Amino acid sequence: MTETVIDIHELTKSYNGTKAVDGLSLQIQRGEIFGLLGPNGAGKSTTILMLLGLSEPDSGTINVLGLNPTREPIPVKRRVGYLPDDVGFYEDRTGFENLMLTARLNGIPEETARGRATELLEQVGLTHAANKKAGAYSRGMRQRLGLADVLVKSPEIIILDEPTLGIDPTGMEELLGLIRKLSREQHLTVLLSSHQLHQVQQICDRVGLFVRGQLLAQGDVSSLSRTLFADDPIIITAEMDGYSSRLQDEIRSIEGVHHLEVGASLQADNSPAEADVPEPDTAVRLIIRSSTDCSPEVARRIVEGGGRLFSLSRQQYGLDEIYHRYFAGGDDKHGEKSDSKHYSQA
Amino acid sequence: MERRATASITAKLKSLGASASSLAAKVKQSLSKRPGPSARDSVRAHHSGPSPFGVLIRKEVADHIRSWRFILLLGIIALTCVASLYTAMNSIQEAIRSDSETNDFVILKLFTISDGTLPTFIGFVGFLGPLLGIGMGFDAINSERNKGTLSRIMAQPIHRDDLLNAKFVASLMVISLMFLTLGLLTMALGTLIIGIPPTFEEFLRVISFLVVTIFYVAFWLNLSITFSVRFRQPATSALSSIAVWLFFSFFFDMILNLLARGIAPNAATATMNDVLNYQNMMLWLGRLSPYTLFNEAASTLLMPSIRNLGPLTTEQVYGAIASPLPFGQSLLLVWPQITGLTAATLICFAISYVMFLRQEIRGRA
Repeated sequence: MTETVIDIHELTKSYNGTKAVDGLSLQIQRGEIFGLLGPNGAGKSTTILMLLGLSEPDSGTINVLGLNPTREPIPVKRRVGYLPDDVGFYEDRTGFENLMLTARLNGIPEETARGRATELLEQVGLTHAANKKAGAYSRGMRQRLGLADVLVKSPEIIILDEPTLGIDPTGMEELLGLIRKLSREQHLTVLLSSHQLHQVQQICDRVGLFVRGQLLAQGDVSSLSRTLFADDPIIITAEMDGYSSRLQDEIRSIEGVHHLEVGASLQADNSPAEADVPEPDTAVRLIIRSSTDCSPEVARRIVEGGGRLFSLSRQQYGLDEIYHRYFAGGDDKHGEKSDSKHYSQA
Repeated sequence: MERRATASITAKLKSLGASASSLAAKVKQSLSKRPGPSARDSVRAHHSGPSPFGVLIRKEVADHIRSWRFILLLGIIALTCVASLYTAMNSIQEAIRSDSETNDFVILKLFTISDGTLPTFIGFVGFLGPLLGIGMGFDAINSERNKGTLSRIMAQPIHRDDLLNAKFVASLMVISLMFLTLGLLTMALGTLIIGIPPTFEEFLRVISFLVVTIFYVAFWLNLSITFSVRFRQPATSALSSIAVWLFFSFFFDMILNLLARGIAPNAATATMNDVLNYQNMMLWLGRLSPYTLFNEAASTLLMPSIRNLGPLTTEQVYGAIASPLPFGQSLLLVWPQITGLTAATLICFAISYVMFLRQEIRGRA
């Protein structure tokens, strides 16, 4: 089932001359969980507001469930649930009453709404607090109530803006697990924005990296690291002694390896120098960059070549590296450059 | 014979019952033609239940009535009404004795006279009405924004202006209900104590006075809603509204007096036209204040003996009989004032409407 439910094409929006969203094109399929990742101020919230027709784009087209949200916001908002970042509730009403208000605004009949609100409160684990005033809710409870509030209209798409902001790690895990469970059960399309990559990595089918209004890359996490680190997605670090130039050639000839660094194992100040063959009996650290996972082959050749292998570790670029490579430095272009430079040296 | 008669009566009753039940069936049928249970089963039935606008109004009215703020304001206004009624009672006998020509309008005097220790009903309402309007509107939009509920409500399938309209309509409904109740209660209490029932004209005059009051309070309500759209902090919008209120209640008159002294024609050399122009000019300036507009409209409606609001020359008064104006004529006399108040209200509403529609819906930022 690959029906496109959100289709954004060349979307642009600027505030006071600065482009918040710049030529964004994005397709989201029905039933998937899409993570929109980006640092603060990348234009994530602006994009979401435009998806709901709460803000008008300068140019470009948006299509949500076959509708243009700028022209027909009401039908779109009827079928799309939106959880704003830092959601608020009417504090002198109970959680249940807050849900009922949303249900009534969506024209859900009283009886159905009651049943749905009770059921949703149970699903998000707030049954015990249903009749407590929302003002007394903790941050995590508010977010969970927010999730129930989004689901009360039985939406087809839910858009969550920074759903994990300000919740403790346990609460965050619970919330994300809940989002995933609910979306799978009800076959919901989920678009969530975040700058917390680890959490998003756990539950998203696909992510899009959004920096300074532009979508840098999209795809699932492994394909993202393949595109972003096309040359060397995998790093193998080996500590050994008995290193020789013959072994070096052996390792280099392994398919997929295209970069080899040799450094002193325990002396940090010894700067890495490629193809510099040290004394055979000193311990060295090899840093091998390769496009495929060839760690067994590396181990075999080291042992067969007469070296003693102390440790071998394999590392794949995750979102964390991606984050540092693209986001760190925020709005500062120099920061990004120096950061990527730092990584090419590592 | 008797039995036959009873039989025919029972037959008639039966046929009546039958036709009634068929009528009931028809009514049921026609009722079920409206979006009924079948449509309600679907969650997506948008026409079942009240419209989103109705839901918002219901919520706002409930919020107002539950709030401490409203109870306090209601308490203040109710107290002042009792106080002004009390002073009116104290001086009403004297008043009736002193001018025998307008004795017909005893009930109206309840609203307009005082023994001098406390202001009259009109005075109180003119002074405290704005406070009520400001109190109900100053945090209409910015509190929603600060609590983070604005973006949540806006994400529901409602039009953006629904929220603003609902805030205004709900507050106006509460205010109208409150003033109608207070006005009618005052009238009822007065009737009970004095023992003279109000005439129909008196009743009409009181009702139209209450309507003017509602317009007047609606102006202040809208002004404070405008400030609540403009300013992010409820304290700022409350203070700005109160500043405008104080300006019109106290300083406007002082400024007018200063101005009057400055532009007054020289008494020795001025012609009658100069004086007339001067008087009209001052009247016109005074009417820039909603407070003046309200006072003129209210006192004309409640005091039938007021025949004119501007200066009158002796020629114009010559030959006029000092009799009270009929209700229609009084209404005609203050029509410009009522229009002015309504216009001011609408201008404020339009400003807040345009500002709100152009504003970004963001979180708490």
